[in-house]
Amino acid sequence: MMSTTTSPRKKNRALVWVFLAPTVIGLGLFSVVPIIGSVVLAFFRWDIITAPQFIGFDNFVQMGANPTIRVSFFNTLTFVVAAVIVQLAVALGLAILVQSRMPDWLRTFFRSALFFPLILSAASVSLIMAYLFNYEFGLINQFLTLIGVGKVGWLTTGFGAKVVVLIVYVWQNFGFTFLMFIGGIAGIPKEVYEASSIDGVVGWSQFRHITIPLISPTMLVASVMAIINALQIFDQPWVLTRGGPGDDTRTAVMVIYESAFRQLDFGGASAVGIVLTLVIMVVTGIQFQLSKRYVFYG
Amino acid sequence: MSNIDAVKTRSSLAGLGTFGKYLVLGIAAFLTIGPVVWTLITALNPQDPVTHVTTTGFEAFVDVFEKIPVWLYVWNTALVTVLVAAGQMISAAMAGYVFARFDFRGKNALFAVILATMMVPMQVTIVPVFMLIRGMGLADTLLALIIPALPTAFGTFLMRQYFMGLPVELGEAAEIDGAGPWKTFFSIYLPLSAPGLAIVGILAFNYHWNEFFRPLIMTISEQNFTLPLGLVSLQGKLGSGSVSTVLAGVIISMIPALLVFVFGQKPLREGLTAGAGK
Repeated sequence: MMSTTTSPRKKNRALVWVFLAPTVIGLGLFSVVPIIGSVVLAFFRWDIITAPQFIGFDNFVQMGANPTIRVSFFNTLTFVVAAVIVQLAVALGLAILVQSRMPDWLRTFFRSALFFPLILSAASVSLIMAYLFNYEFGLINQFLTLIGVGKVGWLTTGFGAKVVVLIVYVWQNFGFTFLMFIGGIAGIPKEVYEASSIDGVVGWSQFRHITIPLISPTMLVASVMAIINALQIFDQPWVLTRGGPGDDTRTAVMVIYESAFRQLDFGGASAVGIVLTLVIMVVTGIQFQLSKRYVFYG
Repeated sequence: MSNIDAVKTRSSLAGLGTFGKYLVLGIAAFLTIGPVVWTLITALNPQDPVTHVTTTGFEAFVDVFEKIPVWLYVWNTALVTVLVAAGQMISAAMAGYVFARFDFRGKNALFAVILATMMVPMQVTIVPVFMLIRGMGLADTLLALIIPALPTAFGTFLMRQYFMGLPVELGEAAEIDGAGPWKTFFSIYLPLSAPGLAIVGILAFNYHWNEFFRPLIMTISEQNFTLPLGLVSLQGKLGSGSVSTVLAGVIISMIPALLVFVFGQKPLREGLTAGAGK
């Protein structure tokens, strides 16, 4: 540490403070203050028009009593579990295939094609998918009719809408996990595979006993990031279904948005945000505890 | 990580066979690219599936320009995106350099607080941020989208790592030659940090060009909409209206992202996974 830093000298002091100012003032004002503000607001009733009123834990109690909010949290959690499992499995499988023996131009093509959805906006993707999954004229129902399955109420039934939100979300975001796994697999020394092959460890058992343990650090980071991102899902269900049918695709962040900016319940919205943040912290904490037991750091 | 292409690990699923491997990858690539190709075809498709109105060639694209002020939305989005990207590159370069190269009291605590802000999702703090913006008299302006996004905890972290990877001897040599701390930064380290800055810039561009949640909350008047909001309003306004028109709008909005994808793919890829170090 000492060798990479310059000792504090008077002539550097001006530079240090001038260079830090934009980031420190900016993050202080637009991150630290709002975080504290959210925590404080969660204990008040405030509709922006009348004066804020301290109500203790009432906002949190009401969250539990409000069926829409309960359902939204339940939806968010089931979505996270399903989406993260699918996303990790798809990303890992495709990353292993892309990193296997093949010509470089093909590898480049597949890698680019597979992370391509990541650069699109969630709004655009959801608009496209809304048409593909449309009941009347959507390409998917046309195909299902053709093969004799018939039309499926993708966006008009609760379960169908959940499945579509999951598909659209994973379609757009698996590329991120995919790129991380490519990095992890590329970091495994070739000699490890050669040595294990000589010892007769090939195929599935090579995957199970060599690849998985050696990329477990990547897997931990990838799953933490995937969970944190999935907990914040909003754009896709908002554009696809506006949370419907009923409350079937309503999510925690959608409740924050609607409570605050539709119902002007800023305290209630903050309380939902605080609970969401606590969930994120607990999940992250649990995963790092697990990592001490299961993750192999070579 | 440094050169993914050079590393060819033996497939752990050797039993699957080469054919099966290419089949799976081919289907996956078809599923990721297919919907976008379908979008382009439908946008150019003469027969609209909903209204059954026959259009030809670029009529759907012309229609987008008639239904929503596309150029205004492109301008709004570009303004927000470019200013935020530039602001993040500047602020992250400066703060990252200080954290990498200088010691001062409270440095570690300050850096820890900056990293901690990354833990709390933007959606959670949106209510107080909205209040601040309103208090500053910036409600329903593009500045409401720009100013809060200028500082970047992630970018600061990234640039700190980048500057720590550059040899400290360069700066020492410059100082022996009589360069002050400002000159050392601007003429030695800043030019060398260009690849790191490219990552910060491209990530900011990709994120803010596509972002939906903040514009949805911060802008009210249609003249302050960004492209993603405009597209969704296009769908809402028309109800069961022209699919081709909405999809033509989607295609128009994708163009800058596609350019980034083609010309900035390496920094984009590195940036997306940069936060994921072990």
